[in-house]
Amino acid sequence: MNTLPLGMIFALSVAAYLTGAFASLACWRKPVVARRICCSAALAGAALGGCAAVLGILRGTPVAWSVPSGIPLFAYSFSYDALAGFFNLALAITVAAVSIYSFGYLKAFEGKRNIGFFGFLFHLLLLSLTISFTAANAFLFLIAWEVMALAAYGLVTFYHEDRETRRAGLLYVIMAHIDTGCLLLGFALLINASGSAEFASFHKAAVQLSSAQQTAAFVLFFLGFGIKAGVIPFHIWLPAAHPVAPSNVSALLSGIVIKTGIYGMARIFLDSLGGVPSWAGLLVLIVGVVSAVLGVLYALMEHDLKRLLAYHSIENIGIILMGLGAALIFRVAGHPMLAAVALVAAMFHTLNHAIFKSLLFLGAGSVLHSTGTRNMEEMGGLIRPMPVTAFCFLIGAVAISGLPPLNGFVSEWLTYQTLLAGFGAISGLRRILFPLAGSMLALTGALAAACFVKAFAITFLALPRGAKSRNVQEAPRTMLIGMGWLTLACAALGLGATWFLPVFDAMTEQLLGQRVGAHLVTGHGLVLSAGMRTSGTVSPMVIAVGLLVLVLPAALLVAIGTRRFGRTRGPVWDCGLPGLSAENEYTATAFSKALRMIFSVLYKPRREIQAVFDVSPYFPKEIHFESEIDPTFEKRLYAPLQEFIFRFSSRMRTIQAGSIHAYLAYIFVTLVLLLLFGVRK
Amino acid sequence: MTEVFINSGLQLVLLLLVAPLLSGTIKTLKARLQTRRGPGILQSYRDIFKLLRKGMVIPETASWIFSAAPYMVFGTATLVGLMIPMTTTHAPLSLFGGVLAVVYLLALGRFFLALGGLDTGSSFGGLGSSREMTISAIAEPAMMLAIFTVALGANSTNLSEMAKIAVTQSWRFLAPSQMLAFAALFIVLIAETGRLPVDNPATHLELTMIHEAMVLEYSGPYLALIEWGASIKQLVLMTLLVNTFFPFGLSSAWTVQAVGLGLVFYLAKLLLLACLIVLVETSNAKLRLFRVPELLMVAFILGALALISTFLF
Repeated sequence: MNTLPLGMIFALSVAAYLTGAFASLACWRKPVVARRICCSAALAGAALGGCAAVLGILRGTPVAWSVPSGIPLFAYSFSYDALAGFFNLALAITVAAVSIYSFGYLKAFEGKRNIGFFGFLFHLLLLSLTISFTAANAFLFLIAWEVMALAAYGLVTFYHEDRETRRAGLLYVIMAHIDTGCLLLGFALLINASGSAEFASFHKAAVQLSSAQQTAAFVLFFLGFGIKAGVIPFHIWLPAAHPVAPSNVSALLSGIVIKTGIYGMARIFLDSLGGVPSWAGLLVLIVGVVSAVLGVLYALMEHDLKRLLAYHSIENIGIILMGLGAALIFRVAGHPMLAAVALVAAMFHTLNHAIFKSLLFLGAGSVLHSTGTRNMEEMGGLIRPMPVTAFCFLIGAVAISGLPPLNGFVSEWLTYQTLLAGFGAISGLRRILFPLAGSMLALTGALAAACFVKAFAITFLALPRGAKSRNVQEAPRTMLIGMGWLTLACAALGLGATWFLPVFDAMTEQLLGQRVGAHLVTGHGLVLSAGMRTSGTVSPMVIAVGLLVLVLPAALLVAIGTRRFGRTRGPVWDCGLPGLSAENEYTATAFSKALRMIFSVLYKPRREIQAVFDVSPYFPKEIHFESEIDPTFEKRLYAPLQEFIFRFSSRMRTIQAGSIHAYLAYIFVTLVLLLLFGVRK
Repeated sequence: MTEVFINSGLQLVLLLLVAPLLSGTIKTLKARLQTRRGPGILQSYRDIFKLLRKGMVIPETASWIFSAAPYMVFGTATLVGLMIPMTTTHAPLSLFGGVLAVVYLLALGRFFLALGGLDTGSSFGGLGSSREMTISAIAEPAMMLAIFTVALGANSTNLSEMAKIAVTQSWRFLAPSQMLAFAALFIVLIAETGRLPVDNPATHLELTMIHEAMVLEYSGPYLALIEWGASIKQLVLMTLLVNTFFPFGLSSAWTVQAVGLGLVFYLAKLLLLACLIVLVETSNAKLRLFRVPELLMVAFILGALALISTFLF
C-alpha cells in the first residue's frame, strides 16, 4: 500500500490542530468566532486523525518519516505503527465528542473568559498528544511530553481566581516535572547505550544493557509513566487537578492524557526494551491491583461528582495495569499467545475507559453547567429536567461498572480470563497471585457498581436536595450530541466486541509476534472466546438480545395487569409523619456509611457532632455534623517528604550567601572539577 | 439452532415453575422446624398470582428507573438461569455466557434494583440499597475465589464444560479444595439470597431489613416480578452449588429417560441443600450488620485456602 495518503492525512490533522491553536488565539477579541474556530478545528483534526488511525491500523506495517534537524541526536522522526494508530484512534473518538460538546459548553465562557487563549491551549494539548503517540525520537517525544504537561497545566488552572485551582495546578506541574525528569534519565540511559535517540535503535541497545542498567531503566520509566498515569502511590495530583479544570478538559485529561502513561509503558517495555524481567511484570500487576482497589475505595467516599470520577480513573488505570503486567509476565515466561491476549485486554480497557470516562465527565459537566455545583449532596431529581444527560450518564455508569452487555464488561472479562490462564501457565508459588488478583478485580468491580449507584442515584434520582438543583434546564443540544456519540460508542464496542477485536491484530503482531483476533472469536462471529488455555466464552450481543426477549413477555404481562387493575400515583411511605421532604432522603455520605465503617482501618474516619438544645438533648434545635476521612497518602507519605525538602533547602541556603566572591569561588571549583573529569576520560 | 430454542424453552419453564416452589418449600420447612404450621409449599405461586392481579401504586417522586428495575431483575435472573446446567450437562445458552457472565448479570439486576430503591426518595429505599450494594461488594471476592478454584480444575469458565468435567469425577467433592470452595460459596449463597444470619427474609422490621427495605415501595405486578426474579436468582445460585460440586444424575444424553432421571436427582439435591439452608437459618440469629463482613471474610479465607489446596493435594 502507498504510504502517501496516511502521511498526508496525518500531517493534515496535525495542521488542523496547529491552525486551531493560532487562529483561535488570533481571534481572542471575538469570542463567538474564537469558539467556533476552536471547536471546528478540533473536530476536523479529530476526523482526520481518526482516518489516519484507521489507515495506520489497517496497514499493519509501520510507516516512518524523518526530517533531520541539524541538532545532534534530535530529528523530527515519526513512526506510525499499529500501537500509535490505536492510541490515535482513542484520541480521535474522544476529541470528536469533546469538540462537538464544546460548541455548547464554551458558550458560557463568552464575555467572561478568554476563549481564544483557551482554544490555543486546548489545541496545543491535542497537538502534543498526537505527536507523543507518533514520535520516534526520544527528544521529540520529550518535547511533546513537556508541551502536553504545560498545556494541561494552563487548562487545569483556567479558573485561576480560585485558590484550590491554583494549588491543584501547582501540584500537577510539580508531579509532571518529576515524571519528565525520570523519563529524561531513563532515555539518557538508553541513548548512552545505543548512541542514538531514535526509538528504533533502542531495540538493539536494550539487549546489551547490564542487569543493573535494565533494572534502573525499568524503574525510571515505570516511575515516569506511572506518575503520568496516576497509579497509587503517585496519584495525589490526579483527584486534585482533574476536577478543577473545565469539564470538557477534564474529559480529555482523564480520557486520554493519563493514557499516555499506558502508551509509554507499552512502547518502552514491550517495544523498545523488548520485555522486562519477570519481577518487573509482577510489580506492574501488583501496583495495578493496589491502584484498582484503593482507587475505587477512595472514590466511594467522595461527594464531589468530578473528584469521584477522577478517583475512578485511578481504579481503571489499575485494571489496565493488571492486563499489562500479565502480558509482561507471560512474555518473559515464553507464552507469547497468552501475552497477546493479556495485551488485548489491557488495550481494550484503555480504549473503553477513554470512552466511558469522557462520557461521564461530559455528563458531570452538563450537570455542573446547569446547577453550578459539583457537590452531589445539593443535587437530586435531575432526571426530570435533564432526561438525556441522565440517560447518557446511566449508560456510562453501567459501562464503567463492568456490567454486561456494554464495553466495560468485555474488557474486564478478558482481563479475568487472562488472570485465570496465568494460574495454569506460570509455575511456582507466585501463580497464586493471579487468581487473587482476579478476586480483587471482582471486589473492584462490585465496589465500582456500588459507587455508581450512589453517583447516579444521588445526582439524578429522587427529590432535589438543594436550591441549585431546582428549576434547572437541560444542556444545549450540541452538548447532548457529544455525549450521545460516546454513549453509542459504549454500546457498539460492547455489543460488537467480536467485530472490533481484529483491530488489535496488527498491534499484538508488532509487539509480540502473535495475531490473536481469530482465536478470540467463535460461534459465527458472535461469541467471544478466551483463546486457548481456558475455554470460557461469552457473547454480549446474545446477552442483550436475550434480555430483550425475556423482558418483553414480562412487560406484556404487566401491561395487561395494569390495564385491568389500574395504576395510580401515590405518596411515598413516610411512616405516618406527613410530608416526605428532601431532608429525609439518603445522601451520598449516608450511602457510603456502611463501607466507611467496614474499611475504617483504611479511612480512619473522624466525625464531630454538636447539638444545640434548649430543654433536652433528645430535642435538638440545631445539629452540626462534620465528617472527614484521613488523607493517608498525603499525610503519611507526601507531607514528610515535603518537610524534608523544605528542611534540606533551608540548609542549602547557607551556601547561597549572596556574596559575589563565594559565587566566583564556586564557579572556579566547578571548572577545575570538570577539567579533571575531562582529563581523566 | 432450533435445538437451542427448544432447550431454552424447556429450561425456562422449569426455572419459572421450580423457583417459587423452592421458596415455598424452604418457608414450609422452616416453619415446621420451628414447630409452626406455616404456609403450604404452594404459597409462593399464590403470592405471585395475587400480586399480578393487583393494581399498582407508583410513588409520586419516582422516575422511569423505578419502573425499569423490576424488568431488569426478572430479565437478568431468567437469562442467567438459561446459562446454568440444571438437569443435563448442557445448558441452553452456555456458549453465550459462563460463570463470569452469570455473576455480572446478577450484578446488573442488583444495580438497577438499588437504583429503584433510591429513586423514591424514601429513607428505607436508600438504606436497603446502601446495605445491599455493600454486602454484595464484600461477598464478591470470596465468590470469585471459590468459583476460580472450580474453574481452574475444569480449565474453563463455561458452565457446561465445568459440568462435563465434574460428571466424569463424581466423587471429586471429597477433595479438600472442593470442600473448602463449597463452604465459601455456601456462605456467599446465604449472603446473596438475603437469608439469616445476613438478612432476614421474613422481617419488615425497619432497622434490620435489607432486601425488603429496597423493594418497600413496589406493589402489584412490579412486586410480583421482583419476588419472582429473586426466587429465580436463589434457584440459580443453589443450582450452581449443587451441580458444580455434586454432579450426580446430570445426564449427558438427550433421551427422555436420562432427562427424567436427571430431573429427579436435581430436585432431590435441591431439597437437600434447602434443608441445609433451613437448618442454618433456624439455628442462627441475625448478625449485626457490621459483623457480616467478618462472616464474608471467613468465606474469602476459605476460598483462598481452597485455591492453595488445589496445588497442595
